[in-house]
Amino acid sequence: MNFIVKNKSKKKLSGGMKFFLAVLVIYFIFALFDVEAVKMAMINFLQMIWKIIPILLIVFLAMILINLYFTKERTEKYFGNQSGIKGWIYAIVSGILISGPPYVLYPLLGELKKHGMKNSLLAVFLYNRNVKIPFVPVMVYYFGLTFTVIMSFYIIFFSILNGVLVGVLIRKK
Amino acid sequence: MIKQAIEKSWQVFRASLPITVGILMIISLLNAFLKDWYAKIFVGSPLIDPLIGALAGSVSFGIPITSYIVGGELLLQGVSLLAITAFIMAWATVGVAMLPLEAMYLGKRFAFLRNGINFIFSIIIAILTIYTLNILNGI
Repeated sequence: MNFIVKNKSKKKLSGGMKFFLAVLVIYFIFALFDVEAVKMAMINFLQMIWKIIPILLIVFLAMILINLYFTKERTEKYFGNQSGIKGWIYAIVSGILISGPPYVLYPLLGELKKHGMKNSLLAVFLYNRNVKIPFVPVMVYYFGLTFTVIMSFYIIFFSILNGVLVGVLIRKK
Repeated sequence: MIKQAIEKSWQVFRASLPITVGILMIISLLNAFLKDWYAKIFVGSPLIDPLIGALAGSVSFGIPITSYIVGGELLLQGVSLLAITAFIMAWATVGVAMLPLEAMYLGKRFAFLRNGINFIFSIIIAILTIYTLNILNGI
């Protein structure tokens, strides 16, 4: 019994928990200089977390689906080394169509990577998240249609370059 | 099969929670301090402003619409469209605050390489966009 208690007390904190505690320390230090700004940050944080709880639940369900449907074989076929040009097209289109903040998408992409998705296609997917169809009217309103079209074109073009570069540089390790 | 998938997903999900919460707290803190800061950092130089825009965009975080609104306000205050384009691009493609989470799931090398390349690309795309826009407007 004593042995078990001793072992439990020696249980190390995970990297994630250490990071979280470090953030709490940062908050405390900032509060020493500007309590009001830290209060404001806490309110923003609580509002943000309240908004993302349903999204996190969807992410959890999506992760289960990925683990069920995207077997190693299927992931290899669509996004792996043998996926060819189709893989690049899938990555571009899904990057544009799938919306959600990065902290929501990273766990899903992490699972796909474990199942064999190429680094270059991960980079392409993430880059094309910036062509957000629902946000286009807002960009047009502020900067004009020509600007929006030109920038969207360059984002898609550079996403391919980005994927190639990331793929090559990671292989060079 | 389903039980295994749920268990596997829960392990990954649970491990990510403290980092996700920590990052959201950092973002809230940064946003509270950066709110009135954007308009003051641009110096009016066509060479330095895009770099400042890209740096400011890299440390900021939020949905892209926010960057368009901030960019629109900066435009009204006389900041160049080139600098604002670099700012918008870096806002969406470079995530300094998100680096720990990206590194955790996709690997440190991947995260640093991708963000580094994206930072350079945000300036290149800004230059190309404005250059193309000027050419089209001249036609």
